[in-house]
Amino acid sequence: MAKKITQKTKNAMPLQDAVARAHNFEEVALGYPVDLAVLEAQRCIQCKNYPCVSGCPVEIDIPKFIQEVAERNFEGAFKTLMDRNVLPAICGRVCPQEEQCEVKCTLGVKFEPVAIGRIERFVADYASLLKFADDTPPAPPTGHKVAVVGSGPAGLTVAADLAKMGHGVTIFEALHKAGGVLVYGIPEFRLPKAIVAGEIEALKRIGVEIKTNHVIGQIFTVDELFTELGFEAVFIATGAGLPTFPKIPGINLIGVYSANEYLTRSNLMKAYLFPVSDTPTIRGKNVAVIGGGNTAMDAVRTALRLGADNAYLVYRRTRREMPARREEVEHAEEEGVQIMMLAAPTAILADEHSRVRAMRCIRMELGEPDSSGRRSPVPQKGSEFDIEVDTVVFAIGQGANPLIRNTTPDLPVNKWGNILADDATGATQKPGVFAGGDIVTGGATVISAMGAGRKAARAIDRYLKNPSADGYSPTDV
Amino acid sequence: MHRILSKDILAPDVARFWIEGAHIARKRKPGQFVIVRTSEDGERIPLTIADVDKQRGAISIIVQGVGKSTKQLNALNVGDAILDVAGPLGRGTEIHPNARVCCIGGGIGTAVVYPIACGAKALHGQVVAIVGGRTKDFVILEKELRAVVDRVIVTTDDGSAGAKGLVTDALRGLLAEGATFDEVVAVGPLPMMKAVVALTKPLGIKTTVSLNPLMVDGTGMCGGCRVSVGGEQKFVCVDGPEFNGHLVDFDELGARLRAYREQEAESLRLYNERVACQAISN
Repeated sequence: MAKKITQKTKNAMPLQDAVARAHNFEEVALGYPVDLAVLEAQRCIQCKNYPCVSGCPVEIDIPKFIQEVAERNFEGAFKTLMDRNVLPAICGRVCPQEEQCEVKCTLGVKFEPVAIGRIERFVADYASLLKFADDTPPAPPTGHKVAVVGSGPAGLTVAADLAKMGHGVTIFEALHKAGGVLVYGIPEFRLPKAIVAGEIEALKRIGVEIKTNHVIGQIFTVDELFTELGFEAVFIATGAGLPTFPKIPGINLIGVYSANEYLTRSNLMKAYLFPVSDTPTIRGKNVAVIGGGNTAMDAVRTALRLGADNAYLVYRRTRREMPARREEVEHAEEEGVQIMMLAAPTAILADEHSRVRAMRCIRMELGEPDSSGRRSPVPQKGSEFDIEVDTVVFAIGQGANPLIRNTTPDLPVNKWGNILADDATGATQKPGVFAGGDIVTGGATVISAMGAGRKAARAIDRYLKNPSADGYSPTDV
Repeated sequence: MHRILSKDILAPDVARFWIEGAHIARKRKPGQFVIVRTSEDGERIPLTIADVDKQRGAISIIVQGVGKSTKQLNALNVGDAILDVAGPLGRGTEIHPNARVCCIGGGIGTAVVYPIACGAKALHGQVVAIVGGRTKDFVILEKELRAVVDRVIVTTDDGSAGAKGLVTDALRGLLAEGATFDEVVAVGPLPMMKAVVALTKPLGIKTTVSLNPLMVDGTGMCGGCRVSVGGEQKFVCVDGPEFNGHLVDFDELGARLRAYREQEAESLRLYNERVACQAISN
């Protein structure tokens, strides 16, 4: 504890040059080299009460793995990470550490916190380079079978945890590739698909079965997973997958996308390689992305990489209220994204071929705080202006997908269609059915979905051993 | 992987495949579709399930080779496998028992109408089918329909088979004869569906159309397949593919279908060049 602080700021993350990277899909952040990771790990003062761990939804033993890195015991650090987190290379890249572990770092009270996320990423990448395996033997098979619907962060986490406990796990994925938002949503330049594939392969090695092209609600209903396929519990992690569009004129013009479609075309279907890949996308010269979250940042940075001369981020509040990670906003600006604050679209205007030619916006001012506690944007009368764009991408939030809800009438949902599930266990009101991630909370983060998967895994384990153990507790809604 | 069990050519560039798909066959309702992908970098292609064979655990799809992806699919043969087949997707047709239905199929649209006609017959309906094509060669599933429905009328643009004229001429003729229908189901090129709707709307005959917009995931996630129906936004993949034809904005849908025309042409040109090169080097 009596350690003397010699370095007050985090060691900077080496980045790909901003001008170069704005035109390629290679990873932006390059990761710490070994010595820098060790140096950063040595900044940790190993305080007694380790508040960082309470900030981590999957409760990684952060002081332990940091200490192991500081001592250059990278294999040990990897095992410590894997003990609590089966997706360290993903989390090290996309977790909002600044709001979770790092915000609670004791060092952060006076100086910059330890760069926990960057060290986590280093350990995961180093391990995959040297092929350290997580050789903890799984528990002996229990004979129980669990179905997981959706292979995004919540589904992968619950599957890994249950498999380690010895339960038989099958993941059903609607798309042709596993990973959910990690493969269709988050771009290559922020999370290389090879990293996701590697972590999914690790899951298969511990016995998790993955069935792609299986749209639950259509090919099997939730009830049929029990009655026809013999699963004893089902975990629903289908994500927040129904794009929303504002009710303004021009929303169906050619060149108007949801962020989901824009990102799916580019990431999952590799439209940036067209015509080598077969799925096209519009490579707009002037692109406007509407929204202020991480998805909006991903979309607007994708637009630049697809060749836009002008990539605008249009947000109705100010930078301060943007839900995106600050680092992502900074990276976007360095690459040339132009942020237009306090503006919202009122119409999209067409040329004679029904293609987008411009977007009409109105200026906003911040008024009284709304129910979210943020000052609400108020349109300023007569302040309309047009910006010349050929592509418009909406990243303004997601609704709940209806496929499971429509075919599982006894699974209660809230008025937005999100499944009602106990916060602590993921239990729903339907016996044996658990749920977690964005389908319960609405759009949130990768790690919070993983946290829900972790909690549900424990509850499902208890349920399998004693089906009356946990129940849905309505007070948590 | 889904193995191709049989393949036959129904019309120029139109192939019918039977492929493995036991679970899909078991669950599928008329009107539903699958999304297939033939290669690692391939597009996701939505195709109606034309028929199922539950005993064999197989489904049938009918593919018209128009662009690169559908031509590539049609180049596959018995014994080859289709990489991905996801489904059944979309909602099934709402067929009422004992209904008098006129099923109109234009070109490849007949592949969509056929299972609906079968479904209506299974519910003891009286079904008349009108099948149209540019010429004799483009009329598909006539024999199959004759085996199922009460009456089949064929029309061709040039009179090379059936009556010379359009499917709407045949429908007009039926109505003039005094035929009455509880419902018309029309599937084919957009101008055809639009023409049928223009005929039935003033007469107040319920008309259902099946739409085939651009689509990526087919599960409601991307919103690319949105259409305006009665002024409301609908996603064809989860709300459809069938809608009340009197309410569909066909012009908007037509424009959206042209979104990638240039890219599609480029992709097809490169594909044709490659096929030609392979033919020479063989």
